[in-house]
Amino acid sequence: MSSLKKITQKRLFLPIFSMILVMLINVIYDMACGNAPLTFFTVTIKNGVLYGRLIDIFNRGTEAAILAIGMTLVVSSSAGTDISVGSVMSLYGGMCCMLLAGYGNTNVSNYAVPLIIGIGAGLLTACVCGLFNGFLVAYMNIQPMVATLILWSAGRAIGLLLCNSQIVYVRVPSFQKIGGYVGFIPTPILIAAACILVASLVLKFTALGTYIQSVGINKKASRIAGFNSAKIILLCYVICGLCAGLAGMVATSRIYSADTNNIGLNMELDAILAVALGGNSLGGGKFNLAGSLIGAYTIQAIDTTLLALGVSTAQSPVFKAIVVILIVVIQSEPAKDFFKKLGKKKEMAKGAAQA
Amino acid sequence: MEAGVVLKMQGICMTFPGVKALDHACLTLKKGEIRALMGENGAGKSTLIKCLTGVNKFEAGEIYLEGFNGPIVNKDTMDAQNKGIATVYQEVNLCPNLSVAENLYIGREPLTKIGTVNRKAMNRQAEELMKELELDIDVTRNLEDYSLALQQMIAIARAVDMDSKVLILDEPTSSLDDREVEKLFTMMRRLKAKGVGIIFVTHFLEQVYAVCDGITVLRNGQLVGEYNIEELPRVKLVAAMMGKDFDDLASIKQEGSGDKRKEPLVIEAKGLGHAGTIRPFDLDIHKGEVIGLTGLLGSGRSELARVIYGADRAQTGTLKVKGKEVKIKNPIDAMNLGMGLLPDDRKAEGIIGDLSVRENIILALQAKAGILKRIPMAKQIEIADKYIEMLQIKTASRETLIKQLSGGNQQKVILARWLATDPEFLILDEPTRGIDIGTKTEIQKLVLKLAAEGKSLIFISSEIEEMLRTCNRMAVLRDGAKVGEIEEADMNQMSVMKAIAGGDSNE
Ligand SMILES: Nc1ncnc2c1ncn2[C@@H]1O[C@H](COP(=O)(O)OP(=O)(O)O)[C@@H](O)[C@H]1O
Ligand SMILES: [Mg+2]
Repeated sequence: MSSLKKITQKRLFLPIFSMILVMLINVIYDMACGNAPLTFFTVTIKNGVLYGRLIDIFNRGTEAAILAIGMTLVVSSSAGTDISVGSVMSLYGGMCCMLLAGYGNTNVSNYAVPLIIGIGAGLLTACVCGLFNGFLVAYMNIQPMVATLILWSAGRAIGLLLCNSQIVYVRVPSFQKIGGYVGFIPTPILIAAACILVASLVLKFTALGTYIQSVGINKKASRIAGFNSAKIILLCYVICGLCAGLAGMVATSRIYSADTNNIGLNMELDAILAVALGGNSLGGGKFNLAGSLIGAYTIQAIDTTLLALGVSTAQSPVFKAIVVILIVVIQSEPAKDFFKKLGKKKEMAKGAAQA
Repeated sequence: MEAGVVLKMQGICMTFPGVKALDHACLTLKKGEIRALMGENGAGKSTLIKCLTGVNKFEAGEIYLEGFNGPIVNKDTMDAQNKGIATVYQEVNLCPNLSVAENLYIGREPLTKIGTVNRKAMNRQAEELMKELELDIDVTRNLEDYSLALQQMIAIARAVDMDSKVLILDEPTSSLDDREVEKLFTMMRRLKAKGVGIIFVTHFLEQVYAVCDGITVLRNGQLVGEYNIEELPRVKLVAAMMGKDFDDLASIKQEGSGDKRKEPLVIEAKGLGHAGTIRPFDLDIHKGEVIGLTGLLGSGRSELARVIYGADRAQTGTLKVKGKEVKIKNPIDAMNLGMGLLPDDRKAEGIIGDLSVRENIILALQAKAGILKRIPMAKQIEIADKYIEMLQIKTASRETLIKQLSGGNQQKVILARWLATDPEFLILDEPTRGIDIGTKTEIQKLVLKLAAEGKSLIFISSEIEEMLRTCNRMAVLRDGAKVGEIEEADMNQMSVMKAIAGGDSNE
């Protein structure tokens, strides 16, 4: 009993529990369909590349996972969310493809400028967006939701403008590779892994985590203790912008085109949900990056599962919402109290039975 | 229940993770009685009160309340209020961004016929209440526009206004000045005459003997005893609280710790000021010197210190640190010059509530090291353990969240945070507020020890005695301006009071 209690009190328990729940549904579904029970986990090599539902989840979940990194920091430091990340992804696409194709061209098979310049300029643009958001929040004291609302609506429009209101295709193999495969591994998985690795190393070997949490918990006290709260918040928004750029890079290369109307559409919601699912308080303060990442992949798992279950893409948001509500309710304080009481009652009943 | 008793708590037990906060604690309160609940920090006073008001759930024991047959258990503060138990907590628990009137009537707003809040009536009632209590407050302004002291008075007014059988005041006076305390006492006596039973938690012994009829002493969560006020003179009370004989504070300071003005200058402020908080002032501080800032609450004591430290940016004047002119824009600049500030509002500006004791202790040191130079975990643990041991911080472990510590222990953690940076110049703004006698003595001793090591300090306290014991010199403030200094030879209760009061107070 006590060891079970210990496990349930771990911070990562619920996000992991949710993830396992989603996996279980898959297993049951497969069994019901007469497939091998572990179809979900089977990874095979088809046409020379990795193939399987699990691989698909990790591949498709890349954007949400990268966004979740930045979003976690923003939520922690400023007790608010950056709702512009989806638009910034799209803006990355517009900027990068416009440069690579040359302004006005819509379909090219050769770069107008070297690839690295296109990507660099796109990421830089994303960082500038973060800088803009961060400036408004940290120095102008504007509510994060309102401050980022500006780029939420303008970012996509600017991207469209850059592309002369057209979809710009960049049909160059080296560009497509970013959203494709390296050897037999999907490149996005590698990119996500790299981002996660860098983030963990930074949090492990610098004091960034302490700075951010301290500022997020008590801004005034942090200032007295020597932190520059505004700078920290600004930094978080820039990192969030960069993450949006990187997510945009993956999303754009997947479709090797700047479809500015659709790249990153509604991704901000997934990113925010990932943070919440990870057991992080949207009120800021303490954060748990691992939780957010598990949250991001869980959301993708829900998407993939629904697809496998044959739920039509038009209806899947409804199911997703239900699942998300369930998971969030399980993690809420009243529910936790309820489970605790339930546990106690059982223990008491057991005690009575023994006596 | 015996006649005349309004509240009886018996055998209350309550455990926090790792701490037995209450161990069969008891309390009996009569009608029309003011009862002091005393004990050192962490003795369990606040916890006992929270068990009564339903904030904490106790594991064993009974609570009897007049008018109820059998033991009662309150589900939450609302429930307690409905049963007639009103509470004002140690830290102001109102909403800073609501108006004073709204704060006074949250949860019981007067309504219009169609069920919306009747603002006019609410504001009128609030104004009447303020007038009755002789508080000069515009009830339509936000609570945060008023000083901590006034906020505390408003919190008390809110509790007083609700017809209650029992009123609980958990250290309401720690942020009030003498005049305000007197006002509060008047209020308390009026309620007592109406038959209300009052539980009063305070760390000021004088106050206990000024208003209370009885004393209940707790120690380590257990009842030491319940006494009538005549049975327990000061010395015995202190001994009961500490569980030992009281080491006389008066003997801490050696005679003639002397004039430090032959020592080199550490701080030279010339015409330093900040519009709206402190008018331009001059102040010199030498190596090894302890300067006391005295004045009424809101006279600019904290503000003067904050300008030197850069918590508020100086708008006029110059500041020299060890002979070199410096510009301090942010606290970190001051820290890099060897300064530290322990702020008076511990909850708002001191603790980082959701971080552990360890993280809170290394915070300033980490800020000085910079974001890229993370202090290795082994080193963090070493530092934290060192100060937990040295300052005897009572915590379940170094990883306990600081918000779970009692006020005095939180204060020690903040103190540790600054000691860890080894500052040359340390500002302590009300370091002993809301702290028990034993710890107060420790902190005063620490101040003298730091000074002996050649550190300079600014010491701010509402208790004059405390400053007389520690300071080499005092600066006097009145209405946001520095109005004079008092030399050590001239420092005594009378001279300081006179200087604070100002004018020709020739009594
Ligand atoms: N929320 C909490 N979580 C864990 N421990 C607590 C909490 N609140 C108080 N304590 C512990 O309970 C004991 C009693 O604290 P408290 O009632 O606040 O003391 P007092 O008010 O007498 O200073 C202390 O050891 C304190 O550390
Ligand atoms: Mg207390």
